[in-house]
Amino acid sequence: MAGLRRVPEFLVIWVPLLIASGQIVVFTAWTTWLSFTPSTLMPTDGFVGLRNYTSVLATRNWKIAFDNLLIFGSGFVVLTMLTGLVLAVLIDQRIRGENVLRSIFLYPLAVSFVVTGTVWSWLLNPGMGIQKLVNDLGWSGFRFDWLVDRDMAIWTIVVAGIWQSSGFAMALFLAGLRSVEADLIKAAQIDGAGPWRLYTRVILPTLWPIMIAVLVILLQTAIRTFDLVRALTGGGPGIATQLPSLVVYDFMFQRGQLGRGAAAAVLLLLTLLAVLLPYAIWKRVQARRAANA
Amino acid sequence: MSALVIRDLHKRFGSVGVLKGINLDIDDGDFTVLVGPSGCGKSTLLNIIAGLETASSGEIVIDGKVVNTIAPKDRDIAMVFQTYALYPSMTVRQNITFGMECRNVPKPQREEAVARVARLLQIEPLLGRKPAQLSGGQRQRVAMGRALVRDPKLFLFDEPLSNLDAKLRVEMRMEIKQLHARIGATIVYVTHDQIEAMTMATRIAVMHQGEVQQFADPETIYNRPANVFVARFMGAPPMNTVPARIASGQVVVGDVRLPAPPAAAGWEGREVILGIRPECIAEPTRQFGEAGTPGIRIMAPVELTEPTGAETIVVLRMGGEKVLGRVAPDIRLTVGATAAFAIDARKICLFDPQTERLIA
Ligand SMILES: Nc1ncnc2c1ncn2[C@@H]1O[C@H](COP(=O)(O)OP(=O)(O)OP(=O)(O)O)[C@@H](O)[C@H]1O
Ligand SMILES: [Mg+2]
Repeated sequence: MAGLRRVPEFLVIWVPLLIASGQIVVFTAWTTWLSFTPSTLMPTDGFVGLRNYTSVLATRNWKIAFDNLLIFGSGFVVLTMLTGLVLAVLIDQRIRGENVLRSIFLYPLAVSFVVTGTVWSWLLNPGMGIQKLVNDLGWSGFRFDWLVDRDMAIWTIVVAGIWQSSGFAMALFLAGLRSVEADLIKAAQIDGAGPWRLYTRVILPTLWPIMIAVLVILLQTAIRTFDLVRALTGGGPGIATQLPSLVVYDFMFQRGQLGRGAAAAVLLLLTLLAVLLPYAIWKRVQARRAANA
Repeated sequence: MSALVIRDLHKRFGSVGVLKGINLDIDDGDFTVLVGPSGCGKSTLLNIIAGLETASSGEIVIDGKVVNTIAPKDRDIAMVFQTYALYPSMTVRQNITFGMECRNVPKPQREEAVARVARLLQIEPLLGRKPAQLSGGQRQRVAMGRALVRDPKLFLFDEPLSNLDAKLRVEMRMEIKQLHARIGATIVYVTHDQIEAMTMATRIAVMHQGEVQQFADPETIYNRPANVFVARFMGAPPMNTVPARIASGQVVVGDVRLPAPPAAAGWEGREVILGIRPECIAEPTRQFGEAGTPGIRIMAPVELTEPTGAETIVVLRMGGEKVLGRVAPDIRLTVGATAAFAIDARKICLFDPQTERLIA
């Protein structure tokens, strides 16, 4: 009996895990190999050195995508953390309307980026969303057309991304705030700290390990962002909201340049590693320091 | 002049009454210890004095001023917490000066105050460290430093020693007592350790179920406990309380007869509770008090002995009732055999069996 029970557990946990990690390793290796071949529509043998990389890096498409990633990444991460923090503090203060805030910002956690993107594309569409609503209400001169504005379109993605992710940041921050020792707050009250000082000097400093974790998760979300842009702007207008992940897709499946697409994918992976490796090392150092203390 | 007066204080959490009419009058320079079993409302009372909780009804008067509606920071108090509550992200120095920083005290003055307190508590080498880099005893000192630097009207301590190991606790107990003697501050100190209460306090308030059972100096609390609860709570091992009867001016427990105190006259022929401290039951050669009065000799069967080194705690049957006695460590007692004991009847207490209040 015991033996019979053990087999399915093993199958359920280990087999999928092995297959999944095997896939990751195999496809990463395969993509890396592809990036050094002259493959176009179909994978082909041969070695072209770094030619794919140099040509990808030289395209305007990639440059714009990478600039966009910098704007989107920093805007999205900083503003999402700020929004999440403000929301967490407000809810921690038990303000009125807590439930409304909760549902506005926690709801998107349950839906995918594609849904978020689609909803916001309707809202921001000048012909049917906010602009039309305000126009219909009487302000006929009102214009809100960021979605079709080359310079502002990237910010619509930032806004949608914030809405999608700040609930997640809020939940983590709120957990951190609620776990601050009650005596600490009492001591600060007796010391005469007002609300601003209480948060900035006493409570928030205890939150920074959570902040770093949220920062890293948001950064890698930003780097991987694909579906949101796909659904919201499709990279447009023109290529104004192109992101590296879309460039990879574009090379591989639109233009039939597998080798270059693979090179772009590897570049994206390297960007991710540039975020995750320092974090992993930092965690290691922290753990060692904790073990020594 | 009273530093702190509490008048008819009530506190309810929802429908549960936690404090039920507390009245205390604490003099300037007093070291008042609030002691009582867990959950009796000591921390709640202290938090209300500090302004961290609001009273349901009643008045708090600090230094002649009703402070019920005044914020904690304006009550001129300092508090030391059981968990120390040091700000983890600040250095020891910043922890100590944070209160002054909030009050916009100029920097040179702050530095001077830190230096004074650090010297007093001998924590100068620790000033640059973070709380996580300190031992329990050092954290405790820093928490004290944070309170002392303020020079407030009233110090509030909530079980500041209960997280320390036994040895350190005894050391810190002495230090706090000396500190009080040196700076003459008014202190309200919460503990559930009755030895801490006895050794440190100038006045003790024994609390039980949200009421002050007795508020008096340690000697009175120990020798004239107001009721059976106080008698049994203070002292280790606790006071023996056994049913007895008053007959022809004597307290009768089985075959044991002790002279009744004069105040028991009105209880002739009635049932009472006899309270007698374990140290008043000793080996037959013992002489009690300065005059060296020999005790009243009784014979009693020995049920159990517990040598502690300095003395032996013995469980015996006094007139059929089980009581604890304390005999010299070199006395050999055989469990099960009957032995002679001397009883010091000068300090016995009598309680009303209905109200459990002290009669005499
Ligand atoms: N915020 C609260 N809400 C409801 N009940 C509370 C609250 N705070 C305390 N109590 C109750 O009030 C009673 C007294 O609590 P308090 O903390 O004052 O006890 P204490 O004497 O300090 O005990 P201890 O020695 O364990 O610290 C307890 O029964 C506790 O459950
Ligand atoms: Mg308590």
